[in-house]
Amino acid sequence: MQSPETILELQHIYKSFDDFVALDNINIKLDQGKFYSFLGPSGSGKTTVLRIVAGLILADRGKVLFDGQDISKLPAEKRKVNTVFQNYALFPHLNVFDNVAFGLRLKRMPQDELQERVMQALKTIQLNGYEDRMISELSGGQQQRVAIARAIVNEPRLLLLDESLSALDQKLRQQMQYELRSLQQRLGITFLFVTHDQEEALAMSDEIIVMNEGRIQQSGTPVDIYDEPINHFVANFIGESNIVPGTMIRDYEVEFVGKRFECADAGMRDHEPVEVVLRPEDITVTTPNQGKLVVSVDSQLFRGDHFEITSHDEDGNEWLIHATNSIEDRDKVGLSFSPNALHVMRFGEKEADFDRRLSEYEGDES
Amino acid sequence: MTRTSRLSYFSLYLLWILFFVITPVALIVYQSFFNLNHQFTLQNYRDYLSSSVYLRMTLNSFIFAFLITLLTLLISYPAAYYLTRLKHRQLWILLIILPTWINLLLKAYAFIGIFSQAGSVNHFLTFIGIGPQQILFTNMSFVLVAAYIQIPFMILPIYNSLVDIDPAIINASHDLGANNVQTLWRVIIPMSANGVRSGVQSVFIPSLSLFMITRLIGGNRVITLGTAIEEHFLTTMNWGMGSTIGVVLIIIMFITMMLTASRRKGGVKR
Ligand SMILES: Nc1ncnc2c1ncn2[C@@H]1O[C@H](COP(=O)(O)OP(=O)(O)OP(=O)(O)O)[C@@H](O)[C@H]1O
Ligand SMILES: [Mg+2]
Repeated sequence: MQSPETILELQHIYKSFDDFVALDNINIKLDQGKFYSFLGPSGSGKTTVLRIVAGLILADRGKVLFDGQDISKLPAEKRKVNTVFQNYALFPHLNVFDNVAFGLRLKRMPQDELQERVMQALKTIQLNGYEDRMISELSGGQQQRVAIARAIVNEPRLLLLDESLSALDQKLRQQMQYELRSLQQRLGITFLFVTHDQEEALAMSDEIIVMNEGRIQQSGTPVDIYDEPINHFVANFIGESNIVPGTMIRDYEVEFVGKRFECADAGMRDHEPVEVVLRPEDITVTTPNQGKLVVSVDSQLFRGDHFEITSHDEDGNEWLIHATNSIEDRDKVGLSFSPNALHVMRFGEKEADFDRRLSEYEGDES
Repeated sequence: MTRTSRLSYFSLYLLWILFFVITPVALIVYQSFFNLNHQFTLQNYRDYLSSSVYLRMTLNSFIFAFLITLLTLLISYPAAYYLTRLKHRQLWILLIILPTWINLLLKAYAFIGIFSQAGSVNHFLTFIGIGPQQILFTNMSFVLVAAYIQIPFMILPIYNSLVDIDPAIINASHDLGANNVQTLWRVIIPMSANGVRSGVQSVFIPSLSLFMITRLIGGNRVITLGTAIEEHFLTTMNWGMGSTIGVVLIIIMFITMMLTASRRKGGVKR
């Protein structure tokens, strides 16, 4: 396979609404044919980035490059990008078929080919048989799927999806995730998928971009982001975690809750204050004398595929544990974890420095 | 609301309809069957349908109402469209509504002043060397003034239907590759069709029976159903024939309403 080519690049994008800074120096590079997820809390600027990529608003500063060409000022209708809007924005005066056919009609596609493409798109979103319905006669989830069909039927080079599965029930949502993923791989379309839902992002993406307050916090593969979050925000936002303050004693040794532990991280200053992440599912429950930490259990919740256990150690630090079995003796329980399970984060580290440090030290650890 | 109170509201409404809609219409229909000597007859209708004068008058009214509506629409649609993009929209809307508060007669007299031989338009035409011209009492001045008076009633419903369009839908249209013109034809105009429809109704129907402006601005040259009714009731005192024309007018109004009614099922409802 050839090395993937960059399809979209955002360089130093800034955007303010009045004096509110919505985007603060956004830099993104998207490779052709990959599935990207944009993850971030409400109001972090995800939709604003999509609108700038689609050409619906202009950035205050910075460049949008598509296939290496500057399209920062190009109007939306000339961009090879389609959007599935967060609020669907379907045409209320057209039925389902005509909504989906809108883009193809503008391209003057022959009637029989158009018919086939629209029907195919409706089949993908499982709404065949609905083509004569008016939009007002559809449920919210059905409208959302029509919005997806209206965009994918054009087979754009880059598809922007703004929380496009949020109105669907769990089962349909999973089916749509598969459909979108296979469509994306079949057609080689680049997807930029906005979601609040970190599980969805982890499951679907080649790469995740985490945003907060108008800045990109971290981008990387789902595994990278999950295992090696750059800071407290990312660690907290992606999955559940125990985050405790600590001190880096020296390379591969960190101190927290008054004890020293072997870890897999390096490249910080000795005795630098840090934060330590320990994922709840990386903790195993053992006897008190075998455990690295000793805690007493506060509550146990059955979550279907695991027990969610909250506990605290003698210093009052809380520990969240995911275990397959419930704990009988709640008073004194040992917690054990491998050095690899600990992830050490520096305060205020930039993504570039973080990536450099990781690549320098990751080689030695195993 | 309890059942009985809802019933009493409803009967109040029914009474209103009975006294101010059904009774007058019934009276007009009743009167149209009497001749000058108060004898029951179908003669009025026979006269109407066999007289080329009345038929031409009807056709005339139609053509004038059509021209007035068309001119009003051509001016109002772009005006309403640009209104939706302005900053101080409420103020502009108020400025458009304002003239409708002024008495029709006053506005007509103002136009007589403006269009007369010694009026400001002719002053200007003389100044640029092509005047003075006869402007008053021409078909054109009649259509112009009638359109001027009706414009607010066309702009308002169109404006309302335009501001109801979610800007996100316009964005979606651009996103799917439609330029401004395509977006106008494929999205904005269809989505404002209801506003256009009610605008056309509220201009075309009254335009059929204009008579004050017809007299004052069109002079005696322009004869429409409105002026004919006025003539029969106030001058020749042939109430029977006047009522017959009135019935014809009512029938035409119903037909217009039906033709411009929203045909779509389950479509854009507001
Ligand atoms: N047109 C606008 N005028 C003023 N402020 C705006 C405008 N559009 C967005 N904002 C602000 O910019 C910030 C980012 O908005 P954006 O819609 O990009 O958030 P988001 O990440 O998509 O959030 P959500 O997940 O809730 O959709 C928000 O604080 C929002 O209030
Ligand atoms: Mg959003």
